[in-house]
Amino acid sequence: MSVLKVQGLHASYRKNKVLHDVSFEVEQGSLTSIVGPNGAGKSTLLKVMLELHPKLSGDVSFFGSTLSQTKTRVGYVPQRGSVDWDFPTNALDVVMMGLYGRVGWLKWPNKSHKEKAMASLAQMGMADFADRQISQLSGGQQQRVFLARALVQDADLYFMDEPLAGVDAATERAIMTTLKNLKMSGKTVMVVHHDLQTVEDYFDHVLLLNRTVVAHGKTEDAFTKDNVYRAYGGSLRFMKEA
Amino acid sequence: MTYTGWILLTASLVGLSCGIVGVFLILRRMAMMADAISHTVLLGIVTAFLITRELNGPHMLIGAIITGLLTALLVQWFHSRGVQQDASIGVVFTTLFAIGVILIATQVGNAHLDTKHALMGEIAFVPWEVMNVPLLGEVPKATFMLAAVLLVVLVVILAFYKEWKITSFDPALAASIGIPVVLLHYVFMSMVSITTVASFDAVGAIMVVAMLITPAAAAYLWTDKLSIMLVLSGAFGVISAFAGYYVAVWLDTSISGSMAFATGIVFLVSFLLSPKHGVLSRYLYRYERPDQEEQQIDAVS
Repeated sequence: MSVLKVQGLHASYRKNKVLHDVSFEVEQGSLTSIVGPNGAGKSTLLKVMLELHPKLSGDVSFFGSTLSQTKTRVGYVPQRGSVDWDFPTNALDVVMMGLYGRVGWLKWPNKSHKEKAMASLAQMGMADFADRQISQLSGGQQQRVFLARALVQDADLYFMDEPLAGVDAATERAIMTTLKNLKMSGKTVMVVHHDLQTVEDYFDHVLLLNRTVVAHGKTEDAFTKDNVYRAYGGSLRFMKEA
Repeated sequence: MTYTGWILLTASLVGLSCGIVGVFLILRRMAMMADAISHTVLLGIVTAFLITRELNGPHMLIGAIITGLLTALLVQWFHSRGVQQDASIGVVFTTLFAIGVILIATQVGNAHLDTKHALMGEIAFVPWEVMNVPLLGEVPKATFMLAAVLLVVLVVILAFYKEWKITSFDPALAASIGIPVVLLHYVFMSMVSITTVASFDAVGAIMVVAMLITPAAAAYLWTDKLSIMLVLSGAFGVISAFAGYYVAVWLDTSISGSMAFATGIVFLVSFLLSPKHGVLSRYLYRYERPDQEEQQIDAVS
């Protein structure tokens, strides 16, 4: 069954067209990397699908339904740099935010919410840092907190924007273990990814994007040299030299 | 209550409401919007006065909410059409403020309302403008209005505490889990507007910005907890109000000016001495390596 179906999606930032006729379907239990050069519209694609950025045209359906009807089943991990890490709050509190949609209006999070959040932190190896102010965490630890927040949402479909960008090796391993566990338990994960070297090791599916879908499918079929060159154009050579 | 008592109570109410609202202004990085709204509510007050010929609480609050929202909407509208955010704020608020000033000068004439009063406030007159409140007897109008606004602010902040927190920290996540981020933004702008207009009489359009921004900015330096930051910011507002009043009496100078100056002193002390972000503690602990670097070094080795 396809958990996500995108058809003819177009979107722009101001006057620049960022996404052009993007169409693809994602199967349940897949772990997909979204790969493409800078400005290919990877983050925009996530935001448009989640209705955080307006689309010009096209259709997105989740579990055969609309986003508003399936919101609790969809989890989102924004780029780490998108929030202010000097915000006066601690790691546990940030993870609890993943539950706010479920706590309900005019209610305060209770003990069971707190326990769930602690369990997620522990799962990411961050239990000892629950009371730590978030600016006192390293980049990798901050990313783990974000992942813990996604886990606590207990969604069926996750979108993650560059969770592996700028993290240390231990965090990268912890995150990949988590993603694989999510996949094992039948969840579907789409990850914006920037490191072409690790695509084959980490992901079973790949979506090569450059404003439109260049290739999409199982990693061994879609992640070919030809397709990667087509997605990156001339910029790939420079990237590898750098 | 004595004359001094009413002034101190009024100023403390300004300090409390502004301090609490100010925390979210700082955390949402909207300090400039406070500056803008504090000026544009003048247009709301003048318009309300021209329509009703009264300088009364409810009309002024409604006028302030309308112009506050108008300011927020116009700023957003220009920004979404390619004008830079700060330029958009600058253009919108000066223009609306100017309309207010022109209307005062040409239409209002000799009423209580004049430009100097609008900019600087006149807390010394507050105790003389009284109204009858059941059970409490005669209460200055401005004080009563401030108490009502403080109550509204407290209820709205506490009732939607987790929503304010998540939309301030991570609006994208908030939207993705179904929290109405845009609606909350305009509710918040309305709160800024009513707080501003209620404080207006006491401290005026320029000083109210000091009360909104400075105690919150100082509180931010002392704590890593949002709830404590709210309490501290309110307390700093009240402390500044008291200190400002007595300095003004001592030097025989403008009360609102002294209060704004007192907020500046509170901030300066915080900036120098706060344990977490203060200059002094940074100097003392400059050789201690923060966690971040240790972690990165661990990761490399």
